[in-house]
Amino acid sequence: MTPEQLLYAKTHEWVRVETDPGGAKIATVGLSAFALEALTDLVFIELPEVGREVSAGESFGEIESVKAVSDLYSPVDGQIVEVNAPIVDKLDALSDDPYEAGWFVRIKIADEAGLAELLDFAAYQKQCEEEMTNDE
Amino acid sequence: MASSDSPALRTPLFGWHVAHGGRMVEFAGWSMPVMYTSIIEEHTITRSAVGIADISHMGRLRFEGPGAAVFLAELLTRRVADMAEGQVRYSLVTNDRGGILDDVLVGRYHNDYGQPYYVLVVNAANRAKIVKWIDAHLPRERAERPGEEIIWTDVTRLWAMLAVQGPRSVELLQPLVTADLRTMRYYRGAQVRILHPAARRQGGIISRTGYTGEDGFELSVGATIAEGVWEALMELGRPLGLVPTGIGARDTLRLEAGMPLYSHELSERINPFEAGLESTCYLRGYDFPGRDALLGIEKAPRQKVRVGLQPLGRRIARQGYPIFAGSQQVGEVTSGTFSPTLSRPIAMGYVRPQFAAVGTEVQIDVRGRREEARVVKLPFYHRNKKGSQK
Repeated sequence: MTPEQLLYAKTHEWVRVETDPGGAKIATVGLSAFALEALTDLVFIELPEVGREVSAGESFGEIESVKAVSDLYSPVDGQIVEVNAPIVDKLDALSDDPYEAGWFVRIKIADEAGLAELLDFAAYQKQCEEEMTNDE
Repeated sequence: MASSDSPALRTPLFGWHVAHGGRMVEFAGWSMPVMYTSIIEEHTITRSAVGIADISHMGRLRFEGPGAAVFLAELLTRRVADMAEGQVRYSLVTNDRGGILDDVLVGRYHNDYGQPYYVLVVNAANRAKIVKWIDAHLPRERAERPGEEIIWTDVTRLWAMLAVQGPRSVELLQPLVTADLRTMRYYRGAQVRILHPAARRQGGIISRTGYTGEDGFELSVGATIAEGVWEALMELGRPLGLVPTGIGARDTLRLEAGMPLYSHELSERINPFEAGLESTCYLRGYDFPGRDALLGIEKAPRQKVRVGLQPLGRRIARQGYPIFAGSQQVGEVTSGTFSPTLSRPIAMGYVRPQFAAVGTEVQIDVRGRREEARVVKLPFYHRNKKGSQK
């Protein structure tokens, strides 16, 4: 999927929603290229354990750059069913390919209604442009 | 942050930074580039080749007249009267309680007519405070008396200041200035001519000083020629690998070098003994605000000591994080970052003296989780002087 086809949280996580063979909705979550570019110089990522329950807006991990540390927020309610553990030692891969190799977790969505809160690409891009302007 | 009361000040190089991808942030009331491409890259190139940084936000105060040296000696913790032409010294300014108001460089130079003048380089965040402090302490009657005049000016906005740092900085700068940089010693400087048309026959001041732990120079030039000189340096530096560096790399470089930063390791609530800077205070035979208080502090037991900290994990311990030994809090982190040279987190902080010995194991509360760390010797990085370039 291209960035244009993904959903986004206001806190810069991208979300790809798919249906698994059992019919459950699974959200794959990563961080947008815009956010990674703003951080630059990544030094550390911490990801959660498989099985953890998270609710939308809750921190499930952290990402640290030379400048600052940020929380990673779950865009949905659900349970962590898979973690991209190798990525914590491949921070370059994360910056180079944030929408494929750079995913963090897969969450089995508990309540699909929450997806309506997420932004589409156009709305997210607008938010990023506003943040850039406010920075100057 | 973008919406402060007064708009951020701009250095003469602001336009260049913006045009060349500088990510501008507000720092001590100035709009400064935190980086252009990457802090780690800019840091690494400063250590291996040469980097250039705009440090025009630093306050520069110029003192002249026959009473200037006497007056500066009355303000600074360091001796001034015996400074030779071209000499630069690191000093503190302390308040009456012995707390640190600022850490400064004082340099003595001669103008074209052979008359001495002094330049005090103060921290950007402290410039207004120090200007007020000087105003309050200036002996006005004496400063008017023939033969004892003290004339001083805040020249911060009139002069740009560029830091050229790294093992190849002599190579880069030598063709541009009249002084012999190869033989210039550390903490020496000179008023020079700048041998480039962009300087429009103006001169500048160059000193072998810096805030990176690397060999290097700081060059002051008039604000109106700053961009031309900067571009000339960028052009000359291309074959040497020169890159522009932001205040992000300036922070990681100084932290590796174990150098304190005001409002992190230094403040009015910290005295020079705690900061490990007592060697900059001449307490006997000299007088300055805070001298008497410091004579008392010298004899009293220390409350805290500045130390280097080596976190054992990968999370960065940042300013304000509490330091523990078991269940009791024994100090606080004042600066922390990722060291590009060592590829691991490093930090500085203050701890109670009984926990300051090198090798002491402590725990740092990193956002609610205790992380193991060890007290280590400063600096984290020491350049190999023998291995440096000719």
